[in-house]
Amino acid sequence: MTNKVIQAMYNDDDVLMHAVKEVRAANHHIAEIYTPFPVHGLDKAMGLKETRIAITSFLYGCVGFSFAIWMMNYMMIEQWPQDIGGKPSFSFFLNVPAFVPVIFEMTVFFAAHLMVITFYMRSKLWPFKEAENPDPRTTDDMFVMEVSVDGNEDELVAFLEKTGTVEIKVTEKH
Amino acid sequence: MASHYEAPIRKPLIIGDKSYHDITVDVAAPVEGKANKLWWTAFYISLLAFLWGIGCIIYTIGTGIGVWGLNKTVGWAWDITNFVWWVGIGHAGTLISAVLLLFRQKWRMGINRSAEAMTIFSVIQAGLFPVIHMGRVWNAHFVLPLPNQFGTLWTNFNSPLLWDVFAISTYLSVSLVFWWTGLLPDFAMLRDRAVKPFQKKIYSLLSFGWSGRAKDWQRFEEVSLVLAGLATPLVLSVHTIVSFDFATSVIPGWHTTIFPPYFVAGAVFSGFAMVNTLLIIMRKVSNLEAYITVQHIELMNIVIMITGSIVGCAYITELFIAWYSGVEYEQYAFLNRATGPYWWAYLLMMSCNVFSPQLMWFKKLRTSIMFSFIISIVVNVGMWFERFVIIVTSLHRDYLPSSWTMFSPTFVDIGIFVGTIGFFFFLFLLYARTFPVIAQAEVKSILKSSGDNYKKLRDLNHD
Repeated sequence: MTNKVIQAMYNDDDVLMHAVKEVRAANHHIAEIYTPFPVHGLDKAMGLKETRIAITSFLYGCVGFSFAIWMMNYMMIEQWPQDIGGKPSFSFFLNVPAFVPVIFEMTVFFAAHLMVITFYMRSKLWPFKEAENPDPRTTDDMFVMEVSVDGNEDELVAFLEKTGTVEIKVTEKH
Repeated sequence: MASHYEAPIRKPLIIGDKSYHDITVDVAAPVEGKANKLWWTAFYISLLAFLWGIGCIIYTIGTGIGVWGLNKTVGWAWDITNFVWWVGIGHAGTLISAVLLLFRQKWRMGINRSAEAMTIFSVIQAGLFPVIHMGRVWNAHFVLPLPNQFGTLWTNFNSPLLWDVFAISTYLSVSLVFWWTGLLPDFAMLRDRAVKPFQKKIYSLLSFGWSGRAKDWQRFEEVSLVLAGLATPLVLSVHTIVSFDFATSVIPGWHTTIFPPYFVAGAVFSGFAMVNTLLIIMRKVSNLEAYITVQHIELMNIVIMITGSIVGCAYITELFIAWYSGVEYEQYAFLNRATGPYWWAYLLMMSCNVFSPQLMWFKKLRTSIMFSFIISIVVNVGMWFERFVIIVTSLHRDYLPSSWTMFSPTFVDIGIFVGTIGFFFFLFLLYARTFPVIAQAEVKSILKSSGDNYKKLRDLNHD
């Protein structure tokens, strides 16, 4: 079976949104959409699931919070308790007010960085990664919708042409 | 176009008859064009200042901190003044990109990229000072809780100076990834337009292979929102912790509970002033007047006015509390600040920070570009003197009148400070010629709601 897709190009986000709704209503499968900027509501119109990346951030934050508490308790209280400036380090609970700033900073540090790393991994973004947008104009002012071909190709092309596309191309997808 | 509605009362944020492609061309123009003579002149001047600063830093490290003007009584002076000043300037970027994002302020989109760049470059300057002041910079890693050969001697987590290490490094690194994540789609735009193979290679590398898939955008927006939510308390915490360097001490004039909010307001105040200084020049030089409009400058002036008033309130509260406390050491510290030998620094601080922003109540003045530019510089001079006044006047007359003294900077103190200004402008000038200085992807997303031409079109249809 071939992985044929039709790339329909649009030059306006409102026309694209309209087309997405039509294509979905006609029960065709939208393989991918490339846009130059975030089009609000496009993910819902396409039927994409909501992203869970905010949840990962919360979990990473919990890790950072716990790690900071463990680290300072180990370094200041357990391993080598010292009496610094008449403020002895004998118990975690008596010393915790001084640890609040670092606990906060490490929570933010973990939550922010690990979330961004997760985003880069999930969306395959890293240095030396080749870009995969089908046309260089999709980072400028063009919007490309890739619809997979299953069944009559000519019919689908004719259908997409009616949705306001400015250019249409049939290609193989690897 | 119903989805792009915006109240007609709101002024357009993008002026002129712009299309999506026009935005691309306008943002790419400074990168693709050639630098003019003015840019090269500014570049060489900042490079010269930067090199002079490096020379002074090498001299300090080679000879010792004794080459500075510090003495037994005044052990902290220009170094920490410069540190706090630069960190303060570094607060506007994250405030614009994070706090204004949470408040859904669309005007942030024209200026957030450059404000964040300014943040990162100024926090780099700030970070230099504590490291140089260590004297033995090769031991700078001692501030990190690393396992070491001295038994198990850890860093002291009770110390506000160590909190600073964590706060500043978290702030710098989180601002950097926030900035870079926003830059990916814009680097991709430059990559896809690049004609020369070398440029294409560089921007491919920088854009991390951004392709603009619908799922990527969905994650991108979520990540931006969560980062904004994390960066908002972070930016407030950073200057709070910087103020702890003073507030947790027992020096009269420093030991003040008002310091955290007062320092944060002062930081936002000076940061917005620096954004105005840079952007008023950049919008002109890079032909970005359609995106960084007079309205943007006016709104920043309003923020300057409000935060300047908060700072003014804090100054007066400090004076009142010093008197009301009945503690004579506290009273003397403030009396000496205002009427002692450093009265001129105090007066400069008061007039620059409290008086001058009040002029922004006049609409004519706050919408005048020339006036905004002058005030933006006045404010930053004032904010430098604020830190100088807080630090040096609290120290120079201590508990023992026989050790009372004055502080005068040596050429090395001045050289390092001038050097950081040079380094800052050196980085900013390079940025202005190689980076997309406006978050073009974001601006495109508000074109239909806040663009001049679309607003006019909508008005026409409604009437």
